[in-house]
Amino acid sequence: MADVILKADDLFKHYPIKGGVLRRTVGHVRAVDGVSFELNRGETLGIVGESGCGKSTLGRVLMRLEEPTSGTVNFDGVDMFSQSGSTMRKLRRDIQIVFQDPYTSLNPRKTVGDIIAEPFEIHPDVVPKGGRKKAVQELLEMVGLNPEHINRYPHQFSGGQRQRIGIARGIALRPKVLICDEPVSALDVSVQAQVINLMEKLQDELGLSYIFIAHDLSVVRHISDRVGVMYLGRMVELGTEEEIYQRPTHPYTQALLSAVPVPDPTMRGKREQIVLTGDVPSPANPPSGCRFHTRCFKAQDRCKVDDPELIARPDGVAEHRSACLFAEPRVIVETTDVTDVEHDSRFATTEVVDFDDFADDSGLMPADAFATADRSQSVDETEGPLDRPSNTHGPVDDEPLEKRGPRV
Amino acid sequence: MTDTIAATVAPGAAGDDVGEARSLTQDAWRSLKKNKMFWISVALIGVFVLMAIWPSLFTSKDPGFGDINNVRATPSAEHWFGTDTQGYDIYARTIYGARASIIVGILASLTTLLLGGVLGVLAGFYGGWLDALLSRITDIFYAIPLILGGILFMASFPNGANSNYFVVVGKVVLVLTVFGWPTIARLMRSSVLQVKPNEYVLAARALGASPWRIIRSHILPNALAPAIVVATINLGVFIVVEATLSFLGIGLTPPAISWGVAISDALNAIRTYPHILLFPSLFLSLAVLAFILLGDAVRDAFDPKSR
Amino acid sequence: MTTTTTSSAPVSDYKPDADGRLLEVDDLHVEFHTQEGVAKAINGVSFDLHQGETLAILGESGSGKSVTAQAVMGILDMPPAVIPSGAIRYCGQDLLTMPEEQRRKMRGPEISMIFQDALSSLNPTFPVGWQIGEMFRQHRGMNKSDAYAQAVRLMERVAIPAAKERVKQYPHQFSGGMRQRIMIAMAIALDPAVLIADEPTTALDVTVQAQIMALLAELQEERQMGLILITHDLGVVADVADRAAVMYAGRIVAKAGIDDLYARPAHPYTRGLLESIPRLDQKGQTLAAIGGLPPNLTRIPAGCAFNPRCRMAQDVCRTDVPALRDVGQQKSACHFAEEVLNG
Repeated sequence: MADVILKADDLFKHYPIKGGVLRRTVGHVRAVDGVSFELNRGETLGIVGESGCGKSTLGRVLMRLEEPTSGTVNFDGVDMFSQSGSTMRKLRRDIQIVFQDPYTSLNPRKTVGDIIAEPFEIHPDVVPKGGRKKAVQELLEMVGLNPEHINRYPHQFSGGQRQRIGIARGIALRPKVLICDEPVSALDVSVQAQVINLMEKLQDELGLSYIFIAHDLSVVRHISDRVGVMYLGRMVELGTEEEIYQRPTHPYTQALLSAVPVPDPTMRGKREQIVLTGDVPSPANPPSGCRFHTRCFKAQDRCKVDDPELIARPDGVAEHRSACLFAEPRVIVETTDVTDVEHDSRFATTEVVDFDDFADDSGLMPADAFATADRSQSVDETEGPLDRPSNTHGPVDDEPLEKRGPRV
Repeated sequence: MTDTIAATVAPGAAGDDVGEARSLTQDAWRSLKKNKMFWISVALIGVFVLMAIWPSLFTSKDPGFGDINNVRATPSAEHWFGTDTQGYDIYARTIYGARASIIVGILASLTTLLLGGVLGVLAGFYGGWLDALLSRITDIFYAIPLILGGILFMASFPNGANSNYFVVVGKVVLVLTVFGWPTIARLMRSSVLQVKPNEYVLAARALGASPWRIIRSHILPNALAPAIVVATINLGVFIVVEATLSFLGIGLTPPAISWGVAISDALNAIRTYPHILLFPSLFLSLAVLAFILLGDAVRDAFDPKSR
Repeated sequence: MTTTTTSSAPVSDYKPDADGRLLEVDDLHVEFHTQEGVAKAINGVSFDLHQGETLAILGESGSGKSVTAQAVMGILDMPPAVIPSGAIRYCGQDLLTMPEEQRRKMRGPEISMIFQDALSSLNPTFPVGWQIGEMFRQHRGMNKSDAYAQAVRLMERVAIPAAKERVKQYPHQFSGGMRQRIMIAMAIALDPAVLIADEPTTALDVTVQAQIMALLAELQEERQMGLILITHDLGVVADVADRAAVMYAGRIVAKAGIDDLYARPAHPYTRGLLESIPRLDQKGQTLAAIGGLPPNLTRIPAGCAFNPRCRMAQDVCRTDVPALRDVGQQKSACHFAEEVLNG
């Protein structure tokens, strides 16, 4: 049996929907609706799903940034949700989080040194006061940044560099588990690879376990050992990278995989496309039976009634967990094993150090230089968990937007 | 925007600060330094503050000395602004009158910022029933116009004949605070609500930071700027309210010297001797204008969208 | 359905040339005059677009791809933007020297555009049908009920279910994918010859992205539009484009037919990009990164703008700007393009 470091059991997170003049609870948004999984020591568990599936909420519940409605998380033998006060604080050293948006995840009014030193100030017994500057510089070096930039402010760095700073803060206390909530989705393609490589390097050096939450199936395949697929607050399929990508048994996983474009024009028209119809139903009013039956190309009458469990089902080679009554393997992606292919180092590097030719000559990054706002909008769009309630009188087919504070 | 189009900045000019750490505050200061309005308002405020602290710097005349033989004189070399109905030197009285306005303005701004700030942060940060309670209280006070509140309060607790100057000033400041804090509280609450969902706040919570730490080092530095701007602009408003109350005879009362009192006295002779009214009103308007200009300049500097 | 559009449409004054060429961008320059200095967003971009063709403009943030689209569409904010030189010819007529009134009339019937963020591109205070119908009221002088009928027809065309019932609903009542469909309906309302899609699916989920791209491809086929697809996604480009231009620091650094671009890249930047993306169909892939960052547009490096990040850079790359020249079947702006192509 593998060495389990974190085990989530039947996690629920429901947000009440308040309505009417008296602001009574008129329903619930079932953001996370019965999720169980385990994370092994030193592995990367990828969690994929589309916006509104509850993956970000799951990350926040695991961090206890949100209190779960019910369910337990066993972290290294400790029941996480029954801890409080100083034991919980101590537990936080072992489980940390890296956020998606490199622009809002760093306090703009603090220097990089202050940001990375904050964990040491909150947990003063980890590093004695005199050694903190050195510790911060070591961390900067570890994430491939210039340690002399300790006095700079976040806006003087590019998106990729800021994400490195966020990672440095995340690993400062040497956690055992790092939850990464869409850590590369706000970055440019050429920068993504650097951050992914950095995360892999850190995992090897520090023996970290990752929960890698993302919507990009290609990135998740690259970094994960095991993968969980979420739909409407549920985990619909869970298995090793090979099981999920080479012999998926759940129709949703299959549809998701078939929709991902592959950067290879020779594949055009040759790949099987499963086009899903309709929109994701509202998590406030999920369909009965199997959550996916409204959009499923395989759905039978039974699926409207019976709620399939996430249990091991045969996948052609062996078996892995899938929540479909009619689970059967289907090859969606023809996989080539390129483990032994040497990459051509003339054009790109696997080196993780950030050589900042440009960062040195200016505090302003090209993307900020004028208002093209190329990608910032997409960041806004996906920022924060999307599966929270917004408007109780809204239409049913709309995915709920981000919940703002009460009566802003 | 006009500055940006001018494009007099040579390419590479921004390269001067190679490797220099530039905080947002420093950036704001830099853009403030270039703003003419900022310097004009600072100069004006500087002069008014000097007047308030050290009026004898500006005049050697005694504002309390009334020359009955020379009342309602027009401006002359002897009396720059002329004399009023009691024969007081208007110039000296206008200079000495700055003190009341400046003290009331600055103190009331500080106290509203403090009270409104604290309540706004509590409501915005903790939310829930505390927010509901504080917000309703804020709404109630917000609904009472500042002047009306001031009149009711000052009329209910009139000054005694020999009330101490500072007691009266303190009363005015108190009434301005009681009815002036809701603007700041509402502003602070909404700006806290904007800052709170930022991921750096979540990151601090994930590290186990205490609420006090989160407020102090993450929420406040990022949420305070708009409140400071409004407090600066409010300063002008408070000066006006103080003058109004004094004008109505329920704020500062003679023998205390203030612009409001002076304006009130001048009204008796407004048709025949308008200069008696002109000078204190001019100073009052200038002081209010200076603070509003300063507030605007600071707002422009802190609002990245205007840059 | 298409027949109704063409019959009600006035005959266009613009005709593509004998080769079917609709649009020709010639040595376009765009600058932004900011406090930080002059940002050279576009430095000599040339390309053309033919009927029924999909041209992808690929690039990362700050590469100038969106600015190019906005310049063609004529929706750049000027100031701060300035177009010091260059020409954008539509059916032989230079759009940049054309009076604004004439140009405005072309937006919609000749050239139209869809944006990344459909929610903020739609006016929240009007029903979607009213907004689609506006195109007909403004350009064709249609009355209210005819315009609504046209809106319903278009909503049906972009596969919005229950179009008749939903035509009076407001943008917030639609999901992200549906909103993007509404944007597309507005863009194709007047049967434009050129459609510019600026990151049309970046904000959408992958299953919805697939639907939208399929819809775009279908409409293009049906109406023989010239489609300019602005994107950073190499996967999407491989799926739909005929040709692609790769932009870096305001220049086109490579231009090629779609197969050549992926199989035989002739620019180190393109090669680097291809090596840096994780692929769904590969296992055990070594991810390699280009390293560094795109340059600040106020201080583009001398010589080849890519030279500080290029692992092949020689002295000549630091002094001479490489021209976009023919290399085999494609074009590359690299002094060592042949080596990149062959090695």
